[in-house]
Amino acid sequence: MTTTPVEQLVYQRPEALSDVHTHYCPGCTHGVAHRLIAEVIDELGIRENTIGVAPVGCSVFCYNYLEVDFVQAAHGRAPAMATGIKRVLPDRIVFTYQGDGDLASIGLAEIMHAALRGENLTVIFINNAIYGMTGGQMAPTTLPGMKTTSSPLGRDVETSGFPIRICELLATMEGATYLARRSLHNPTEIRKAKKAIKQAFENQLHGYGLSLVELLSSCPTNWDLPPAEALKWIETQMVPVYPLGDFKNVKRLTSNP
Amino acid sequence: MAKELLKGNVAIAEAAVRAGLEAYFGYPITPQTELLEHMSKRMPELGRAFVQAESEVAAINMVYGAASTGKRVMTSSSSPGVSLMQEGLSYIAGSEVPAVVVDVMRGGPGLGNIAPSQSDYFQMVKTAGHGDYKQIVLAPATVQEAIDLTLLAFDLADKYRTIVTVLLDGNIGQLMEPAELPPMRPLRQTLPEWAVSGAKGRKKNIISSIHLQPEALEAFNRKLQAKLKTIAASEVRYKEYMLEGAELIVAGFGTAGRVAQTAVKLARAQGIPVGLLRPITLWPFPEERLSQLADEARGFLVVEMNAGQMIDDVKIAVAGQCPVEFYGRTGGMVPLPDEVLAAIAKLDQATLPASRIPVLNG
Repeated sequence: MTTTPVEQLVYQRPEALSDVHTHYCPGCTHGVAHRLIAEVIDELGIRENTIGVAPVGCSVFCYNYLEVDFVQAAHGRAPAMATGIKRVLPDRIVFTYQGDGDLASIGLAEIMHAALRGENLTVIFINNAIYGMTGGQMAPTTLPGMKTTSSPLGRDVETSGFPIRICELLATMEGATYLARRSLHNPTEIRKAKKAIKQAFENQLHGYGLSLVELLSSCPTNWDLPPAEALKWIETQMVPVYPLGDFKNVKRLTSNP
Repeated sequence: MAKELLKGNVAIAEAAVRAGLEAYFGYPITPQTELLEHMSKRMPELGRAFVQAESEVAAINMVYGAASTGKRVMTSSSSPGVSLMQEGLSYIAGSEVPAVVVDVMRGGPGLGNIAPSQSDYFQMVKTAGHGDYKQIVLAPATVQEAIDLTLLAFDLADKYRTIVTVLLDGNIGQLMEPAELPPMRPLRQTLPEWAVSGAKGRKKNIISSIHLQPEALEAFNRKLQAKLKTIAASEVRYKEYMLEGAELIVAGFGTAGRVAQTAVKLARAQGIPVGLLRPITLWPFPEERLSQLADEARGFLVVEMNAGQMIDDVKIAVAGQCPVEFYGRTGGMVPLPDEVLAAIAKLDQATLPASRIPVLNG
């Protein structure tokens, strides 16, 4: 086989991204988030020094899509597992990849205390306002009035509460030093998301403590919307509830490894 | 090394440190807390990891993470805390990483109390986590044995990539006895090939317990069961006392076994032909030895600080060959030798062959 010479290489699969098909639904933005992480890992040259922690949820198999060592945590416990890894291998880069049911519901204690302790970790938090893997149930991030399979009349804030804003919540913790919310609904926002993910990993390389990037993401299947409309829905419905921006950006060394 | 007066919990902690422990994660709970306190001082002074976790749920998952790197790691807790760890234990078993868990048992159910008990036999020996798995369970009866079994726990955990539990009642955790600690072992310099450490110069390693295809999960379960079978065939440990010529067999572990030993000695002095088998591994259980003893025995007495848990395993071993009676105390009560002696005497009378029943006058 002969290779065609190229004038200028403008796009290729990152080394840290596995050469496989994913199991994600058409239009789901998990794939975009994975690619951004892979590009950042390549750019920082940390692929051989990184350990990922996979969650329970749609992204349970994210270890199949990124070419780094991985462990797979119990539901919500990724920050505890990551703590265990980082404390015994302090010179490795450790990140968790978690959805909103995983991080903001069952695993709320683990993320709060990892932040409180200033664990030197990076957290990629996918917020799509729903439980995807179990088939579209209400999440703590579900919008008021939003219909899901477990809130068929729409989320009633009187009985089911209001959406949880993780970045704002963690911003009160001294040990969390970089907290940003970005969205994956268009190319401009995706570029901003990548920049934030890169800063989150750099935060760990510098030893600044916990960094978290929340990514507003689409779930066309469980939102019952075509992919393009789902992206529009992020912009028009989610962004007003989950404002984009940096919620913490402090350059301070953590006392932890 | 000379003998020193050591509290059980502290002795286990220091033995673990000397066994090459590199990370400890735990949460305070009575009657285990001195173990965590000792670690909070010793581990940082040796430059090793110590984290007081936000819960036992987090502690066992920190263990899971650190164990995935192939380092020697442990946690310790007491009954209600261990209940909280069951999810994590199932994941650890499902991903075959080595971990040591110390359970200093207290009275239950519920919040119960902080007095010594043996009522976690079911949750640790039968395993309360979901799925088919077993963990090695080591049951010390003295502070010295707690030290020795802690060392063994790390070696077995590494050898078989399994969970090893040191299961003791609060009595042994709190008891002070003369005992000898081992010398400090050097930390292991190389990591096992399966561990996660960064995919440098090799393909990525993945530590996971998910096998979505039923065929794949069944294949994993078969492999796991084959390993457990090897452990069951190789790692049974127990202590025998006065079994020579014994017609009655007392079985008990930990503190109950220790009290039973005194009762057996007293009974022998009264001419009752009784001996003791004290299991040290509760899993794997000394089933074969008990079964051999059942061939000749008139009866068994199982002594426990619970409502009767190990007795099920004794009955499986005895397989109906002779009566199996039970004497137990619950709620944090420790049986006294006199009580056990009375139960032995009762079993003796109940199982005497007709030819040996004294004939009364007339």
